[in-house]
Amino acid sequence: MSETAAASAEMHHTSTGLPNRKLLMWAFIGSECMLFGSLIITYLVYRGRSIVGPYPEELLNIPFITVTTFVLLMSSLTMVLALAAVQRNDMRQGKLWLLMTALLGLVFLSGQVYEFSHFVHEGLGLTTNLFGASFFLLTGTHGAHVFVGVIWLTTLFVLAVRGKLTSANAETVEITGLYWHFVDVVWIVLFTIIYLLV
Amino acid sequence: MENSVTEHDHASVKTYLVVAAVLGIITAVEVAIFYIDALRPVLVPLLLTLSAAKFTLVVSFFMHLKYDSKIFRGLFVGPLAVAVLIILAMLALFGVFGGGGGAA
Amino acid sequence: MSVTEASHDTAGMTAVHEGTYSGGLWSWVTTVDHKRIGIMYAVFAFFFFLVGGLEALLIRIQLGSPESTLIDPDLYNQLFTMHGTTMVFLAVMPLSAAFFNFMVPLQIGARDVAFPRLNAFSLWVFVFGAFFLNSSFLFGGAPDAGWFGYANLTSTQYSPGVRIDFWVLGLQILGVSSIAAALNFIVTIINLRAPGMSLMRMPLFTWMTFVTSFLLILAFPAITVGLVLLMFDRTFGTAFFNPAAGGDVLLWQHLFWIFGHPEVYILLLPGLGIISEVIPTFSRKPLFGYPFVVYSGILIAFLGFGVWAHHMFAVGLGPIGNTVFSATTMLIAIPTGVKIFNWIATMWGGSLRLKTPLYFAVGFIAMFIIGGLSGVMHSSAAADLQQTDSYFVVAHIHYVLFGGVIFALFSGIYYWFPKITGKMLSERIGKAHFWLMLIAFNLTFFPQHYLGMHGMPRRTFTYQEGLGFEAMNLMSTIGSLVLGFSILIFLWNVLHSLRKGESAGPDPWGGATLEWAIASPPPHYNFRVEPAVHSRDPLWSEGGLDVDVNDPAAPEPHMPSPSLWPCILAFGLVVVAIGAVAKTLPVVLAGAGVVVVAIYGWAFQPLER
Repeated sequence: MSETAAASAEMHHTSTGLPNRKLLMWAFIGSECMLFGSLIITYLVYRGRSIVGPYPEELLNIPFITVTTFVLLMSSLTMVLALAAVQRNDMRQGKLWLLMTALLGLVFLSGQVYEFSHFVHEGLGLTTNLFGASFFLLTGTHGAHVFVGVIWLTTLFVLAVRGKLTSANAETVEITGLYWHFVDVVWIVLFTIIYLLV
Repeated sequence: MENSVTEHDHASVKTYLVVAAVLGIITAVEVAIFYIDALRPVLVPLLLTLSAAKFTLVVSFFMHLKYDSKIFRGLFVGPLAVAVLIILAMLALFGVFGGGGGAA
Repeated sequence: MSVTEASHDTAGMTAVHEGTYSGGLWSWVTTVDHKRIGIMYAVFAFFFFLVGGLEALLIRIQLGSPESTLIDPDLYNQLFTMHGTTMVFLAVMPLSAAFFNFMVPLQIGARDVAFPRLNAFSLWVFVFGAFFLNSSFLFGGAPDAGWFGYANLTSTQYSPGVRIDFWVLGLQILGVSSIAAALNFIVTIINLRAPGMSLMRMPLFTWMTFVTSFLLILAFPAITVGLVLLMFDRTFGTAFFNPAAGGDVLLWQHLFWIFGHPEVYILLLPGLGIISEVIPTFSRKPLFGYPFVVYSGILIAFLGFGVWAHHMFAVGLGPIGNTVFSATTMLIAIPTGVKIFNWIATMWGGSLRLKTPLYFAVGFIAMFIIGGLSGVMHSSAAADLQQTDSYFVVAHIHYVLFGGVIFALFSGIYYWFPKITGKMLSERIGKAHFWLMLIAFNLTFFPQHYLGMHGMPRRTFTYQEGLGFEAMNLMSTIGSLVLGFSILIFLWNVLHSLRKGESAGPDPWGGATLEWAIASPPPHYNFRVEPAVHSRDPLWSEGGLDVDVNDPAAPEPHMPSPSLWPCILAFGLVVVAIGAVAKTLPVVLAGAGVVVVAIYGWAFQPLER
């Protein structure tokens, strides 16, 4: 990819010795804490205030979501394995783990899609009640973030297949990983407050 | 000041596998607790603690924060603290903790 | 295109001649140079300042006499809504952004910001978003539910049509611009400082930019979510703010003010940073208590997240809520006071040079104290029950935002205009501007304290005869017209000085910070040789800078290449918004397509070519 080796000497000096893009991603993640925080506030404030059903206790399927949660957690593992592989320039493993991470992300998303359509089938839509609105918005926003991550990972995989991703791009893979792990971490919070604290 | 990149300390692949296993176990424990009636009274604090543990593990090891510069820790923990405090304040204002809430 | 016009050196890299730019519209549209981006922010911000000012004048003319029928209630609602929205989002914030852009890299000794293309993106998103929002006047009317858009007045039931949709989408676009810029400046300030410039040696303006950037990235997500909830209610029929379905209109207020209160500090802190530069320079004395000024800025930002519900004292928060927010609001006066004492202490015993920037700085301090006093009066929940939604609040906000922020921004304009343009603004016209503005400002807004205390409500298009409001309103209206005239005097100063102003040279004021070490206007790459600093006031230190930052013998630095992708991506976002407001899915998808293509185009384009 573009910026790394080609960047001029003048842009190389940094006050901290840390890469600009990594600082950017962590600052962005900080901002996302407030974004998901505000959505979580909405969900928690409206818990128990739906005037009509269906209600969460009727619909939420803990065993099913536990499986998808586990899938997403494992995708974080495959992500760090991908990074480790790219860092040591083992692009064969790098490709494998990048692909696995994207696939696991897709599996998670399929689970979400299945759950959403099941809920709709059971009478819970976006506009049915406060639970529908806040649940679909919160988990939908998270799902959209996962989707963007899957696209991002797939792009890196394709680059790797074309021989354009090497250990020189390890920083890019690291930053992708930070985004991916954060999305996983948000799910850890959502799994607890939506499903386990129903 | 220039080359203070702390890439010396590094988690090994073995560490990652152990962390992943622990994450899986904690998830299983969380779900088990959910179904154990006797633990109902302490369900909330227990689940919050367990998910906080998972959160910390992913951030510290997978996101490498444990081994990285404190600057990254600051960029993450500061905003996280602000978000958590505001969530708690809003829950209090809306009476989610019982009592006080006059906001509705 | 500028890249192909420039000459090539033997290494095959493009070289840009010192100080000269390729002219032409294309070079401005594709620029990634922070200085040009800053100038564009300033020009558009000032344009919208005039638009917002016109909206204000219409409001004042309407209120100049009781039961006036000049402006009907519907138009009046649009005017006060757009006045607020325009001044906050399209005038003051971009004007601050203009200063962040132009000055921060210079002050830290850098050649540009950390992400030059992201910087250009922020600019274009702002420009397109600003025109998108204002285009609403042509398509059924401008937003009309106040700049704070309270639910459920903003529901489709009470606000049918697309006015509020323009508001929601416009603000979302502007939010993207602000967050992107803030992230950029956070990384820039952390990572691109000159060697030796520790955080506690940074110029105060850069410090306040840093703090403001954190406020931006933490506050905007709250309003983003609020706007999404509102958009879902209006577009899909969700129940977030529908009381009949259990929704709580107060959730909107909370989310809005969780953003909105930090937002006022986003408006203020850059101005405080400017004052902290101007006062030492024109007192020929380092800032008194630098660490305290820094820490108080940080404390204001942090506490700023804990006072939001003081905008909601009349909704029934309950005794605990009211008490807590009263207490935090009173607390926040303390760090502000600390700054004021430090500025006064800086001037005390200093060798004062009575130039226009200092006039505006001192004017700022006086006006801001008055605004702060009315603010502290608001902090008591009990007293605020009378003051809230009355003209007393209008007086307060204008004392802090105009007498405060705008005066500080003018101080910055007079201070840094020579650096940006290479010309001095006329002192004579500048002082005339200052005095006329100071008098007119007070004539406009001081009577409003009285009006509020006597019960005149905000946001109402007229008032009855015989309530005793006539004289004060008339005074306020006359003041506002003179205030408008004083802005024209400023504009004349700018135009006159650009043509005939005295040449500024690198350091007309004898400043202490790095921006004064280079030419006015600065060359393309800012510093030919990277400076190193050993103190807070590098140009005032013994012997000045230890390197010649303009050394012509040094190799010419290589700068990032121009790019069109940021503009294209910004355009794609606005196309999505247009499609959304027109409820036309194909347009939304077309815009999304442009966005995706632009992201990939940008990502795969090297920064330097």
